Amino acid sequence: MKVTEKDVAYVADLANLELSDQERARMLRDLNSILGHIDTLNELDTTNVQPMAQVSDRYDSKPGSDRFAYASREDVHEGLRKSLPHDIAVANAPDSNGTFFQVPKVIER
Amino acid sequence: MNLSSLTIPGARAAVQERKTTATALAESFYRKIGKDDPQIGAYLALCRERAISKATEMDALAAKGENLPPLGGVPIAIKDVLVTKGIRTTAGSKILGNFIPPYDCTAVARLEAAGAVMLGKLNCDEFAMGSSNENSAWKPVHNPHDLSRVPGGSSGGSAAATAAGMAVAALGSDTGGSIRQPASFCGVVGLKPTYGRVSRYGLIAFASSLDHVGPLAKTVKDAAILLRTIAGRDPMDSTSAELPVPNYVAELDKPVRGLKIGVAKEYFGQGLDNEVRNTVEAAIQKFAALGCEIVEVSLPHTRYAIPTYYIVATAEASSNLARFDGVRYGYRAAGVRTLSEMYRRTRDQGLGAEVKRRIMLGSYALSAGYYDAYYLKAQKVRTLLTRDFEDAFTKVDVIVAPTSPTAAFKLGEKVDDPLAMYLADIYTVTANLAGIPGISIPCGETTEKLPIGMQILGKHFDEATILRIAHAYESSRQSSVLSS
Repeated sequence: MKVTEKDVAYVADLANLELSDQERARMLRDLNSILGHIDTLNELDTTNVQPMAQVSDRYDSKPGSDRFAYASREDVHEGLRKSLPHDIAVANAPDSNGTFFQVPKVIER
Repeated sequence: MNLSSLTIPGARAAVQERKTTATALAESFYRKIGKDDPQIGAYLALCRERAISKATEMDALAAKGENLPPLGGVPIAIKDVLVTKGIRTTAGSKILGNFIPPYDCTAVARLEAAGAVMLGKLNCDEFAMGSSNENSAWKPVHNPHDLSRVPGGSSGGSAAATAAGMAVAALGSDTGGSIRQPASFCGVVGLKPTYGRVSRYGLIAFASSLDHVGPLAKTVKDAAILLRTIAGRDPMDSTSAELPVPNYVAELDKPVRGLKIGVAKEYFGQGLDNEVRNTVEAAIQKFAALGCEIVEVSLPHTRYAIPTYYIVATAEASSNLARFDGVRYGYRAAGVRTLSEMYRRTRDQGLGAEVKRRIMLGSYALSAGYYDAYYLKAQKVRTLLTRDFEDAFTKVDVIVAPTSPTAAFKLGEKVDDPLAMYLADIYTVTANLAGIPGISIPCGETTEKLPIGMQILGKHFDEATILRIAHAYESSRQSSVLSS
């Protein structure tokens, strides 16, 4: 077993999940089963291999241009797309006063 | 009019030539949905008002004798991970159970601008995470070919609605095979374009470097028409490519003689069902008969694709799904006293088991002490998997493989074994990791009359060639069916 009950509790905390006792037991079993399979990656020597975070930089449409060139443009000063109107932006909120999103108390002490 | 065999050109021509109206056509689809969908479960929401409004607009054009746009009056449906203004969009999750998006995703906006009539939103696995559609928080989808079986996932509703004739075609999304695998299980065509070909703006994010929007349709030509409509640069998605979009339909009938078809032995190894193997091998012989050259290639890292995928995809998902916290939209747990308690309870109650499992796996892989061992390692193997394709494509034009190791499995068969479910994606995830295009087309059926699909993979931005080869195969298959 690679993942322990303590790990499950720690990672659930990182992910803002609580999980019931039953869910934690199941998670322990599933994560160990999946990570067992994932460990086959260690058969590969990747010392001199560059990591690939995303696809686009492998087929740059303008050869020789900077990485991520596809994602940059000149600054636009006028004619920017308008933001959502305030009332529409908060319309889906579970709790709002029409101007702000409202949440329970943030400071817990 | 036979709705089950209606294609895009057929529907458009019927409206254009005033054999029917777009309004009447939409209404007949709604009647069919009302009659058949209770058994299948493909739709989560209908948007009749919006559909009829667009249909009326198309009818007015046709009545004036004006030329309809390419999808004029054609009824289509949309996977529920694509946001639609004013139409409830849930991504198959309880946490978005009451979400009414304030804007349209680019792909839907482009379809409607081309005259398409949106019938409604289609069921899927929660946040597109699943291979059987059983992770939908709302209801399972049943395969129209055998109601005891899954339609595949995660675009199970899209594939089932298209196969059952409850929409002429549909949009889906594909992060690890979610268009191609259900297309294969339901006997329809499913196309995952190149990463960057179709804007992801308004696609509810699962794994941003692997997510793709694409069509499911009855014919290769329909898929080509839909791709042509939704493809192309979108300023709202900075990863969308600034490349011209070819006229895919015009390229379909170019000859395929002399094209080199790669066959990778790694895609025909252990775990592949014998009937699927024999059917796909027979299809490859068909390509030889069409004058293509069959070339053996090797994709040596294929066995590492699933472990790589399930690290990269879950790591990205754990980050993307952090936004579902009960603050700005969606569900919020009741009776909580503090903010952190609200986050936890909301996510505990709003997210399903598979989504939590993936968030946990991704958070673990990204956590201090494990980042190098899992996430960085997987990113490096992703480079190796991509190089495998780059090397192979110096020798061949396309690669042909099974879409899935088996035909559709039974509902409930794999729900308790997440690893077995993940292994169902073994032939599809590599195309997402490498960003290359792939299309699944029907190529036969099992003795139990279940559809079998094969996958044609191509070079970056070379959808035209995979569509052309798929079309040549489809035409030859139809003519042999007709002559037998």
